[in-house]
Amino acid sequence: MKHPFAITLDSGSSLANLTGSWRTMRPVYVDRLPPCNQACPAGENIQAWLYHAESGDYESAWRVLTQDNPLPAVMGRVCYHPCEGGCNRAKVDEAVGINSVERFLGDEAIKRGWKFTPPEAETAKRVLVVGAGPSGLSAAYHLRRMGHAVAIYDAGPAAGGMMRFGIPKYRLPRDVLDAEVKRILDLGVELKLNAKVDNILDTMKAGRFDAAFLAVGAHIGKRSFIPAGSASKILDAVTMLRSMEGEDKPLLGRRVVVYGGGNTAIDAARTAKRMGATEAIIVYRRTRERMPAHDFEVEEALEEGIMMKWLSTIKRMDEGNLTVEKMRLDKMGFPQPTGEFETLEADSLVLALGQDVDLSLLDGVPGLEIKDGTVQVAQNMMTGHDGIFAGGDMIPSERTVTVAVGHGKKAARHIDAWLRGDVYEPAEKHEMASFDKLNAWYYADAPKTVRPMLEGARRQSTFEEVQGGLDETNALYEARRCLSCGNCFECDNCYGVCPDNAVIKLGPGNRFRFNYDYCKGCGLCATECPCGAISMVPESI
Amino acid sequence: MLKQIEGSFSTAEAIALCRPEVICAYPITPQTHIVEGLGEMVKTGELKNCEFINVESEFAALSVAIGASAAGARAYTATASQGLLFMAEAVYNAAGLGLPIVMTLGNRAIGAPINIWNDHSDAMSMRDAGWLQLFAESNQDSIDLHIQAFRLAEELSMPVMVCVDGFILTHAVERVDMPAQADVDAYLPPYEPVQVLDPKDPISIGAMVGPDAFTEVRFLQHYKQTLALRLIPEFAAEFQTRFGRDTGGLLRTYRADDAEMLVVAMGSINGTIKDTIDEMRADGFSIGLVTIVSFRPFPTEALRRLLAGRKHVVVIEKSFAVGMGGQLANNVDLALRNTPAAPQVHSVVAGLGGRAITRASLHRVFRRAMAQPWEGAHFLDLNEEIIGKELHHVRKVRRSGPTAENLLRRLDQAAQSTAAE
Amino acid sequence: MTDSTASAAATQKLRFYQKGTFTVGNRLAPDAERSVQASIDRSNALTCGHRACQGCGEALGARYAMDVAMRATGGNLIAVNATGCLEVFTTPYPETSWQMPWLHSLFGNAAAVATGVAAAMRVKGRPEVRAIAQGGDGGTTDIGFGCLSGMFERNDDVLYICYDNEGYMNTGVQRSSATPPTARTATTPAMGPEPGNVFGTGKNLPRIAVAHGIPYVATATVADLHDLERKVMKAMGIHGARYIHIHVPCPLGWGSASHDTIRLARLAVECGLFPVFEAEHGAVTNSRKIRRPVPVDEYLKPQRRFAHLFKDAAGAQRVAHLQAIADHNILEYKLLGQEEDA
Repeated sequence: MKHPFAITLDSGSSLANLTGSWRTMRPVYVDRLPPCNQACPAGENIQAWLYHAESGDYESAWRVLTQDNPLPAVMGRVCYHPCEGGCNRAKVDEAVGINSVERFLGDEAIKRGWKFTPPEAETAKRVLVVGAGPSGLSAAYHLRRMGHAVAIYDAGPAAGGMMRFGIPKYRLPRDVLDAEVKRILDLGVELKLNAKVDNILDTMKAGRFDAAFLAVGAHIGKRSFIPAGSASKILDAVTMLRSMEGEDKPLLGRRVVVYGGGNTAIDAARTAKRMGATEAIIVYRRTRERMPAHDFEVEEALEEGIMMKWLSTIKRMDEGNLTVEKMRLDKMGFPQPTGEFETLEADSLVLALGQDVDLSLLDGVPGLEIKDGTVQVAQNMMTGHDGIFAGGDMIPSERTVTVAVGHGKKAARHIDAWLRGDVYEPAEKHEMASFDKLNAWYYADAPKTVRPMLEGARRQSTFEEVQGGLDETNALYEARRCLSCGNCFECDNCYGVCPDNAVIKLGPGNRFRFNYDYCKGCGLCATECPCGAISMVPESI
Repeated sequence: MLKQIEGSFSTAEAIALCRPEVICAYPITPQTHIVEGLGEMVKTGELKNCEFINVESEFAALSVAIGASAAGARAYTATASQGLLFMAEAVYNAAGLGLPIVMTLGNRAIGAPINIWNDHSDAMSMRDAGWLQLFAESNQDSIDLHIQAFRLAEELSMPVMVCVDGFILTHAVERVDMPAQADVDAYLPPYEPVQVLDPKDPISIGAMVGPDAFTEVRFLQHYKQTLALRLIPEFAAEFQTRFGRDTGGLLRTYRADDAEMLVVAMGSINGTIKDTIDEMRADGFSIGLVTIVSFRPFPTEALRRLLAGRKHVVVIEKSFAVGMGGQLANNVDLALRNTPAAPQVHSVVAGLGGRAITRASLHRVFRRAMAQPWEGAHFLDLNEEIIGKELHHVRKVRRSGPTAENLLRRLDQAAQSTAAE
Repeated sequence: MTDSTASAAATQKLRFYQKGTFTVGNRLAPDAERSVQASIDRSNALTCGHRACQGCGEALGARYAMDVAMRATGGNLIAVNATGCLEVFTTPYPETSWQMPWLHSLFGNAAAVATGVAAAMRVKGRPEVRAIAQGGDGGTTDIGFGCLSGMFERNDDVLYICYDNEGYMNTGVQRSSATPPTARTATTPAMGPEPGNVFGTGKNLPRIAVAHGIPYVATATVADLHDLERKVMKAMGIHGARYIHIHVPCPLGWGSASHDTIRLARLAVECGLFPVFEAEHGAVTNSRKIRRPVPVDEYLKPQRRFAHLFKDAAGAQRVAHLQAIADHNILEYKLLGQEEDA
């Protein structure tokens, strides 16, 4: 049909008008760094694995997770989740329960027997890992995946380091730990137990190791000088907790006092309660706010009936009692003695005053720098001696399992590069996906799921896990609360809100592309992108 | 089939024979009986496949027709006078979009002052809009021209107005010969649009056209109207073959061959003029008549050929452009422009607001034209006395009051004083 | 590991798609639950290359509404457009950005023309082809009011969609009867003792539509796509006169940033000045609840057409007056409360 001139037009003929020429700003898709990823000491790509978990593809989620961290079931129980501290969702309702979902994924993996993918090729390089704690296991895992031959030497009777010998069973069941350790070993990592390394250089030479990663931890409990009568029972927390693994459990009596304010002190007190103490009291020289222990641990402890005695120092111990001096905080917040004393009944005193590293294996190694009882390392995790790297509690760091795992990964990458005569340059970090970059309107209000807790009485008498995990529906719910900060999750908003139909949908998994022929640069896409994955940049004219 | 019925209803029946698909109606004197008649036929089922819509204004009426026509339906409406003006925007719109709508205009005077009786001022107000304008002399003419109108509209893809004198034709009961449905069907095939709104082949109709193409669009409209000059006689000839009646095409003549004076007129007035001509011929005057059927397009060429060489032309019409004179006279002047041996053109304005045009007055004015030519428009049967009094009054008194009311009062007074005498 | 606990987990309603419920689409939702706009197969009845301003709310609203209507009718749809921004920016010769049959006649007759289209389709034996009339607030509440009311009264099978940007924008931002009180326009300048549009004028066309008793009336906004789509879909399932009034911010006319269009539409709802509701046969049936109430200031401040209200005490009083209107709307339409769960 021939149309009347000019009055009648053929459908869609406006496509000839390239309105993209109007632009002064153009939208670009960006991947911004989510605060959870940023905060994670193990460098997990949390947003990425939550993305898979949301659709119920737990195995993909687990595989993405374990790209960085081989111990999710452990982590889901013991990590202090700084990721949740940074989570932007907290500004909407509450932080996403990342830790709970990680635990769920870890448990799923164990339940379903998922295995790690073995390396594609061998490099014929040999690396020694000293210490089968979280740092060593992590390093071994990453190195093995890169194709190196790895052997772990541990002084103890079982692998796990502080995970086994420091963290109580009620927090980390041993069968979980065993499963995750075994999975790493199944990659072909050699494990030698009861094999304390006395001299690292000798051991390396003997085993023809091309490089070494030291992760012996800090498992010597600090002791401070407390005058004590001969029959007084004083022990350090580290020893006490370690001995919980063995046959001979310590006899602590009915009234146990724990001296110290960190997580170890809490662990010791709660363990003491479970061992049958009628009273477990934590004595700390400052106040609750200034306790290094995590607040939720304090809460759980209090729920279990642990008592806290603030602003007190222990002056001396005699059989059956302690002399305690009251302190007060000065203007700067430091505790000062008041000269007032009191007596506290106690059958035993557990000192949780910090931990030291056993540096004996480093005797005679040239080039090392030791400071404050820890080994100094460079940016590449290498000590002053070429080829000897270190990580975990034995180097200056925050002392947590997660940090240790992070060290292991970082060190592995550097070791791998070093073995090739190369240098590992970490990729530049993307811009932060801070809350102001999101459009939180689009996320429906959904408060965090609360993990089921063991009732109080049951908690105190058994070593059953106190914090249960989420079941699948809850875990799915939780994963779906993730805002996907800074990373497109294909919500179709940009595709939908463009008044000029200038966004092209590329199909599931392929995100979108801007049609710059027609985009006028109005910025609606960027404003309405819920997760802040679009940036407006000046157009080059 | 022969019938003796009111003009409106015979027109309605003719429309119905044309199988209209959408009829929209808004009442205004004097067309009301046409649409009422059609409405009844739809309601009884006599007129099938037809949607009859009672709209809320004339503007809506033509708008509904526009929508229906653009969507491929044969659309019809009717109006007059004020109603035509109210739909003026749509009148131009329909022409501009080239939609083959047929509309009956029951010719009526335009106010103020409000007047419901017949004259041609409404048709004249829309003469430039791009519609075809056909004038019926009788109710038979109305039937015949409406049928041709649909055919013309759809062939050209432009709207057509058929003008039928209000009351004089619409409300007169005449004998008419109503065609048979089969014949009308043979003459008027189903509507085949040049452009149509159809989901199967989507287009956008009604674009905004700027300086770069507007002139061309308007020229094409102009050109289409000139095509009508050829088609109208063609379709009229075909009509004659099938139905046996000659509507004349663009124009018809009566006793014009050897006439020294030719009268030019449109509409029902031609009947009276023919009677006058017969009488004058009997008195030995050489006088004939040209009846303009198609006012738009104006039959310039045909008229020039007819009028050239005559001594006098009297144009008599039921409308005038204020300050300028009769529009028909103007158009006739145009036809005679640059014509050697052009006749003297005399302009007569008569019958405004429904005033009766008598044979006596016609005799007077035709004879006067031959003897005493005049310049400008001559208002037939103007009451000069009350005009004089009003002008005098207006000059004397500032707040002289509304003219119309004053004149009515004077007429009244004059009538009373006459009665008293 | 067994978790033999008497679970103390808080009971909470499991809203499955708590992320992205309000977004256009959701990769986790089945296709049937996503919006039409999310679909890669959406008809794009209004496509690229049109000449609307950057961030035009009307361009967005029109595509939203037409794509749903196209889906609802399987593409058997004809649109009639009044003169105005939408018509002008979509069909300047030689380009049209419509990908559906479309007709523009005049400014005030869209409703009547659509009636004609609907009648033609019926008479041609194609009743499945539906007619939609669309126009701006000027063409609907003012010059098109007569034809609109006529169409309502006859209950013609036409869905009329009014895109309300609260002024005659195409001709240079003049006041219409939909312009809110105090707003600055070219014919209600922000000058003199009563700057901006005066109070007490203006028609509530949705309520007028409701008063006609037609089968379906709804207000909607470009800020709530799912609701808008649901309403157009519902309307297309009904035969008879239907009216949908969509709030569409105009960055140029309102003096707002082009990227703020949806945000402003959202604020208009959340502050109560634009109530979102549905009505059938003369009675309001339900309203969309405000999710996060805000005072009217938040909505007014980003628009330069209200800038004069924030200069002095007199302005503050006018803002208070607007707040009173919003508060009244909230009461009248019950805009606060629990949404029925979908």
